[in-house]
Amino acid sequence: MGLDFTVVPKFMDVILLGALWTIAITIAAATLSFFGGIMFAVIALYAPLPVRLPFRFFAWLFMGTPLLLQLFLIYFGLVQIGIDLPAFVAGVIGLGLHFAVYNSELIQASILAVDKGQTEAARTLGLSRMQALRKVVIPQAVRDVVPPIGNNMIALLKDSALVSVIGVSELTLSAQLAIGRTYRPFEFYVVAAVFYYIINLCMEAGLRRIERRTQASR
Amino acid sequence: MTDQKPFVDIRNAQKSYGSLEVLKDISLQVQRGQIVAIIGPSGSGKSTLLRAINDLDPLTGGEVWLEDMQINRKLPHRQYEAHINQVRQDIGMVFQHFNLFPHLSVRGNITLAPRLLKHLSEAEANALAEEQLEKVGMLDRIDYFPSRLSGGQKQRVAIARALAMKPKVMLFDEATSALDPELVDEVNQVMKKLAEEHMTMIIVTHEMGFAESVCDRVLFMDQGVVVEEGPPEVIFRDPQNERTRNFLRKHLEGSNR
Ligand SMILES: Nc1ncnc2c1ncn2[C@@H]1O[C@H](COP(=O)(O)OP(=O)(O)OP(=O)(O)O)[C@@H](O)[C@H]1O
Ligand SMILES: [Mg+2]
Repeated sequence: MGLDFTVVPKFMDVILLGALWTIAITIAAATLSFFGGIMFAVIALYAPLPVRLPFRFFAWLFMGTPLLLQLFLIYFGLVQIGIDLPAFVAGVIGLGLHFAVYNSELIQASILAVDKGQTEAARTLGLSRMQALRKVVIPQAVRDVVPPIGNNMIALLKDSALVSVIGVSELTLSAQLAIGRTYRPFEFYVVAAVFYYIINLCMEAGLRRIERRTQASR
Repeated sequence: MTDQKPFVDIRNAQKSYGSLEVLKDISLQVQRGQIVAIIGPSGSGKSTLLRAINDLDPLTGGEVWLEDMQINRKLPHRQYEAHINQVRQDIGMVFQHFNLFPHLSVRGNITLAPRLLKHLSEAEANALAEEQLEKVGMLDRIDYFPSRLSGGQKQRVAIARALAMKPKVMLFDEATSALDPELVDEVNQVMKKLAEEHMTMIIVTHEMGFAESVCDRVLFMDQGVVVEEGPPEVIFRDPQNERTRNFLRKHLEGSNR
């Protein structure tokens, strides 16, 4: 049985819908991972010890265990303690927190690399520690860390395929659905790959724009 | 003048890093509108003294007063933070390396603190920025980012940023030391202008000529003590102390080379 791509158009609506879900989950999780990453970085660097220690454990949990396991835990495990999340929400939280921890590592290093004179200048003007961090240090730290965070976000897009296992009908699951009906795995996996590639290209273009914008202030 | 109550009053300042005594019981009174220069060899504690005034480097002993308020008073942590943030609004500081905020435009650098701390509207803050930039001759660069300015221009913006908080006193820590020689004068001119407007200033400097022409009083510091102080014509023309003479002679040789 040879390849036959003529079956693809019939399932294009399913695939397109899946692609939209993938985009939605990626944007939502990326946003969570970005702001979560900043928050985690601040906690890791500045929170008092009783907050910092449990937090380190939590960070280790997210970095040291498979994302797949984390998704199972959030979607299936939390139900047992009365937290019944919709699959999409569980997926966003799992992906978002997982990458937030990675982003936090980058942002921490970047915060520490901001010249001490910046904080001094801000404090000298009368800004509080928190204001200096928010208005002076973090914007610079984030600006410096846009390219590596961008790489994390592309990894996030690819890992978003994992949420298919908890039943979010994103691109990969949609392809599997079409395959179940047609028994044409090669064709539909290739189509899905093409869609991932297109989304990936769009993300990279977006990141380059952000990088150019942030470069202006150097 | 001398019987007046001091505006800035440093009483028996002491500072140690571990067993290293950096300031050994230094007192300094500055009257309102007075301009004091602090000179001395590297490591003598000039920056430490200056930075003690706004508590960037807290003293280990002694008191710092601004008008009727003790700056480094003992307070519980939270209260102290609120107090010191308030006090710092009244004390402008200019650094050797400018420390402009690179992610903000010139306008953003100047308006950040007034907007945040004095809750100025955007229009008010813009007017303030324009006023201060006009004063330092940088109005035409208001929408530039710091990376596109020369060192002298950066320092003038840094001065405008400090002035925008309407400080009662200005501290300068070697404001021209990092500049190419041909850019020093534009910053000195701005500082002279402030002097003419009777801004109270404490200036750490290696530029004896500038100190002599602008300052009312000069302190020579060495190894954490004030070795000699007096009017510039005495310190520079007829220093009484051997260490002062040595320092000035060496400095002169250095700058003639
Ligand atoms: N954080 C610190 N820890 C330990 N020692 C310090 C610290 N900061 C300053 N010192 C020491 O305190 C002394 C005085 O330093 P300070 O910076 O006040 O000197 P300075 O007169 O400003 O010198 P320069 O002309 O080089 O700027 C120096 O011996 C310096 O090594
Ligand atoms: Mg110094």
